[in-house]
Amino acid sequence: MNATSALKMRSTLRADNPVTCMEALKNGDTMVKLSTVVMGLGNMAHKQVAKGLLFLAAEAAYIAFMVMYGLHNLAMLPGLGSVEQQEYWNEELQIFEYTQGDRSILILLYGLATILLTCVMFWIWRGTLKSGYAAQLNEAAGRRVNTLAEDIADLFDANLYRLLMTPPMFFIGILTILPLIFMICMAFTSYSKIGNHLVLFDWVGLDNFVTLFDSNSVLGSTFWRVLGWTLVWAFFATFTNYFAGMILAIIINRKDTKAKGFWRFCFVLPCAVPMFVSLLIMRTMLQPEGAVNVLLRQMGVIAAGESLPFFTDPTWARVTVILINIWVGVPYTLLQLTGVLQNIPADLYEAATVDGANAVQTFFRITLPYMFYVTTPYLISTFTGNVNNFNVIYLLSGGDPVTDLASTAGSTDLLVTWLYKLTIDRQYYNVGAVVGILTFIILAIGSLLTYRRSKSYREEGGF
Amino acid sequence: MSSNTKAAKQLSAKRIRTRNNIIVYIVLSVLAFIWLFPVAWIVMTSFRGEKGSYISTFFPKTYTLDNYIKLFTDTSLLNFPQMFLNTLFVAICSCILSSFFLLSAAYCLSRLRFKLRRPYMNMAMILGLFPGFMSMVAVYFILKAVGLTEGNGVRLALILCYSGGAALGFQITKGFFDTIPMALDEAALLDGCTRWQIFTKITLPLSKPIVIYTILTSFMGPWVDFVFAKVICRANADQYTVAIGLWKMLEKEYIDSWYTSFAAGAVLISIPIALLFLKLQKYYVNGMAGAVKG
Repeated sequence: MNATSALKMRSTLRADNPVTCMEALKNGDTMVKLSTVVMGLGNMAHKQVAKGLLFLAAEAAYIAFMVMYGLHNLAMLPGLGSVEQQEYWNEELQIFEYTQGDRSILILLYGLATILLTCVMFWIWRGTLKSGYAAQLNEAAGRRVNTLAEDIADLFDANLYRLLMTPPMFFIGILTILPLIFMICMAFTSYSKIGNHLVLFDWVGLDNFVTLFDSNSVLGSTFWRVLGWTLVWAFFATFTNYFAGMILAIIINRKDTKAKGFWRFCFVLPCAVPMFVSLLIMRTMLQPEGAVNVLLRQMGVIAAGESLPFFTDPTWARVTVILINIWVGVPYTLLQLTGVLQNIPADLYEAATVDGANAVQTFFRITLPYMFYVTTPYLISTFTGNVNNFNVIYLLSGGDPVTDLASTAGSTDLLVTWLYKLTIDRQYYNVGAVVGILTFIILAIGSLLTYRRSKSYREEGGF
Repeated sequence: MSSNTKAAKQLSAKRIRTRNNIIVYIVLSVLAFIWLFPVAWIVMTSFRGEKGSYISTFFPKTYTLDNYIKLFTDTSLLNFPQMFLNTLFVAICSCILSSFFLLSAAYCLSRLRFKLRRPYMNMAMILGLFPGFMSMVAVYFILKAVGLTEGNGVRLALILCYSGGAALGFQITKGFFDTIPMALDEAALLDGCTRWQIFTKITLPLSKPIVIYTILTSFMGPWVDFVFAKVICRANADQYTVAIGLWKMLEKEYIDSWYTSFAAGAVLISIPIALLFLKLQKYYVNGMAGAVKG
């Protein structure tokens, strides 16, 4: 292919683009308009028989599915099923037999899957209109109408994004988006061990949200306590790591420090150990009979038989998890901030030295403002990550110690670990879902605004 | 007289510098000790002769290789070799799938312009704000509905879980692709390359570091993930991955006889990860710095 034909190809591509669904409905000929009902007619009428047949086949498959399962799934969705499992006596076999009752969880899942499939179908329906109209325009203008083989070849070229993005989107749809919608729906149902609604449950509207916000109920007071600690934790976890990592990076990168590579290696080595391993090790080391207490006893810091209450006293436990988080997180922060620190223009420091500023002044007047300015997006994402930091809390303290036996959360439980306990251990699925949604709302309000205002988001790929 | 004071000043400046250096080295040594102590301790424990998790002395009295041998020979309670093979299989498959997803999504978002590009990137960001465990239970129900939670289906379920969302973590890879000049693509287009050829013959070969990084990180995922594996495997002990096995060894009924073997297992899976990490540090830093600088 020579240069002119390549350029021509690009220009025809551009001409194809502006076809919209509304235009197709307004300006399309009868056959194109008819393809709103019989999909693919527009293509078939304009020399794209094979493509049209594919659209038609998709429609046929969808209708067949809807008639056989889909409509039933959708019809069950508002009531979520009501037939209980029945036990009856089988005279012939002399045994009790059970009839299959409704299982609300499956009804909800199938209903949502049907809705998702319908959305995909709507997308294809729009596609058939646009494609039929484009074929009509091309034919009217006397341009070549692509055959199916050419369309497929186009999937490797101009439409490569369709080929490459479809499989990932398919899996994201099934394994991320569908489950998420599913869980969000659960927040509005009575699916919980409370009241024994594990098989059959109903829509209850905003009741679960009301319970959680009501600070007189056990769940409500637990929620506010856990939320408070989550925010405190996220704040300290983010900023202790940030400053410790930054100061360490500055010390290592100081002009007079020798063997920079060696020091960096010392601090990077621990983050080469998988995080769950190092957290489990830390946990066993800090047990009442663990290595740390043994060492302290041998050194005579604490008396024999005594041990420091790392995970048994609420305040100790909270401080311990924050300190260990520093141990876990500083190596990463060190790696990430070193590059940024080296980007600070050197003449700023030279000017400060000439003016007689000491190290502390340069840090507060130059380094810190610059770092805050550049790393705001990083700080936000770290904060978000810490609010959702499941591993550190779950593997270290497991939310312990539990001070109030009536509540479902311990002193160091974050919203996420509480969510885990509520759903996996207690099977309060609906309350767990509400906690998840609230966590999301808190994070979204905070970070989305800041992200959108950040430089990297606005300047991304504008051409 | 004046030269004398000058010399004295220089001397004291030098002294201050030496003093500062000494302080810095002491601080760094103490910190390095704190950071390396747990690592050293786990290595020591893995060679410890005495069983049990609670010890009265800090340094082991006897050293032995039995802990490593036990890990691979004692399969009656916890079948570590089986877990190892499970994890290897899951890791290889999910590595292939998720590298493909991730690289192709990153290429599309970096190089091609289409209507859903911005919405997709926003969606990835919003999905990232939800706690990961929120959807975990639902994922389990979905996999159960299609019959993937029993027998060998568990492996497929794990592979899908580890690779399914891979395309949402495109940021670092996309950032790398963004640095390859567009002029190359345009020249190739003029020479008659299709975009598929550009992707496979130009972009990927030019991005070797990030391709290797992607492949290795997705290979490591199943070795270090613990929560997803636990929820999906449940009671299927023959499908356990290494991470669940190690976790099990620390449970009350096993900890006394398995604690030192736990340390051995931890050391074994840490070595390859440590090597990879030290080798890949540079890309990690560059990726982050790029993301931070914008």
